[in-house]
Amino acid sequence: MIEPSHYLSNTVKDLKPSGIRKFFDLAAGMEGVISLGVGEPDFVTPWNVREACILSLEQGYTSYTANAGLIELRNEISYYLKEKTNIDYSPKHEILVTVGASQALDVALRAIVNPGDEVIIIEPSFVSYASLVSLAGGVPVSIQTSGEMEFKLQPAELEKAITEKTKAIILCSPNNPTGTALVKEELERIAEIIEKHDLLVISDEIYAELTYDDVYTSFVSIDGMAERTILVNGFSKGFAMTGWRLGYVAANSEFLSAMLKIHQYSMMCAPTMAQYAAIEAMKNGKEDVLHMKKSYRQRRNLFVGALNDIGLTCHVPGGAFYAFPSIQITNLSSEEFAEQLLLEEKVAVVPGNVFGESGEGYIRCSYASSLDQLQEALKRMKRFVQKRV
Amino acid sequence: MKFTEKEVEILEILEDDCRLSAEQIAKMIDLTEAETKEMIQNLEDQRIIVDYTAQVNWRKVDGHEGVKAMIDVKVQPKRGVGFDDIASRIYRFNEVKSVYLMSGAYDLSVIIEGKSMSAIAQFVSEKLSTLDSVLSTTTHFILKKYKHDGTIFEQDDEDKRIVVSP
Repeated sequence: MIEPSHYLSNTVKDLKPSGIRKFFDLAAGMEGVISLGVGEPDFVTPWNVREACILSLEQGYTSYTANAGLIELRNEISYYLKEKTNIDYSPKHEILVTVGASQALDVALRAIVNPGDEVIIIEPSFVSYASLVSLAGGVPVSIQTSGEMEFKLQPAELEKAITEKTKAIILCSPNNPTGTALVKEELERIAEIIEKHDLLVISDEIYAELTYDDVYTSFVSIDGMAERTILVNGFSKGFAMTGWRLGYVAANSEFLSAMLKIHQYSMMCAPTMAQYAAIEAMKNGKEDVLHMKKSYRQRRNLFVGALNDIGLTCHVPGGAFYAFPSIQITNLSSEEFAEQLLLEEKVAVVPGNVFGESGEGYIRCSYASSLDQLQEALKRMKRFVQKRV
Repeated sequence: MKFTEKEVEILEILEDDCRLSAEQIAKMIDLTEAETKEMIQNLEDQRIIVDYTAQVNWRKVDGHEGVKAMIDVKVQPKRGVGFDDIASRIYRFNEVKSVYLMSGAYDLSVIIEGKSMSAIAQFVSEKLSTLDSVLSTTTHFILKKYKHDGTIFEQDDEDKRIVVSP
């Protein structure tokens, strides 16, 4: 008999399992749960996109594509980025199609991080960032943000966190889990510091399509930032294509060819059928995206307003489909709140602390659910909170 | 007629789900309840919102299956009133659910609902085809409704997402 744990790498041993996973296990066994715990659209991928995939299969496109992805898809991504960011990314040399934005983040970090390099993460943050930095051999350095400041990164805090070892910062706007979206002026202030300290930025723009109040500004469109930014995006959230696992990175050709090396040895290429579907999404999917965005905005308004009425104070999130209300009124920890709410009222939310320390005292609620479900969930949450105040 | 963005949004929301209250709609589109009520009232007054109905899949209700038929009607238009006069004579019958003026092989498309095929046959032969201006009718019975007015019937709309995800 061998003892498997003797053989595991120390890096993997030191990784914490995702708090989301733990909560998923708890919720998965229960019947009749209203879930506000999902990090994905409640829309099914638009039919024309699914149809394009079916057609590609019928036509027999089942083999590998170029490592960097189908050139037709990279062309479409390039047009799209030109329209959104006003930057011309060369489809041949500056765009790489990946297996979801998750893999895009992984190759981006592995391409730039040397052992011991520090990468700054703004918390509350997507659960993968810190672990991906560790897996790349780097050291994640967290900056805490506060609910009072709507979880926006304060430039002074960024300055304080930078050391000689800092290599890069991961930005995510609109953010998962807070929904916070940074406007142009805020990004410009961050850009000044990035330039002053000669840092790189990994800009996770997966929620770019889902911005409700202000015009979306990509970090690469801030003066001088395109050359020092690796832009990460994908089809999951905006195009309702989570299960297709399709994302991309866009960056200066030297970064791109480094990432391509990692990608070609580990992934070969992204799934071919998903790439054909994505071409259709890019060519003919704009209307669907706008329709979904409008629907999320309406639900956000209704949901966030009602949370505040219940006493779960919540800033109005500028993007994504998450509300991140404070639960301080109940004197429960995030985990206690989420667990008791699930057991008593069968509403699944995600405890804020799984997104980092500054998420303690908050919960993440996804409003990507039907209006009926949202209203029922709100009724139950109200009952739950009233029992405790 | 031109409408504001908010008015169009109200129309879209109500077309999707007309059970929502003015209060709920107001929150969804950042207006006050009073403003929303007034807009809805105006849209109703102008007959932009014509009616509020439910899409019912009667096939699933025992004893209420009903029969629907689409009838292609060729008519002789009348001087001065064109097709409008005969159309209005047809749409006043209770059995008639919709009437459209069509281009192409026939003039009016008439949708009829009845308790049985024979009831529809009787209506067509006794009421519709005997009207003065009607030249001919072709009756098509609807066998199954898959999608109607944008609503897919028999749809599996189970949420296929896992309960908690990143």
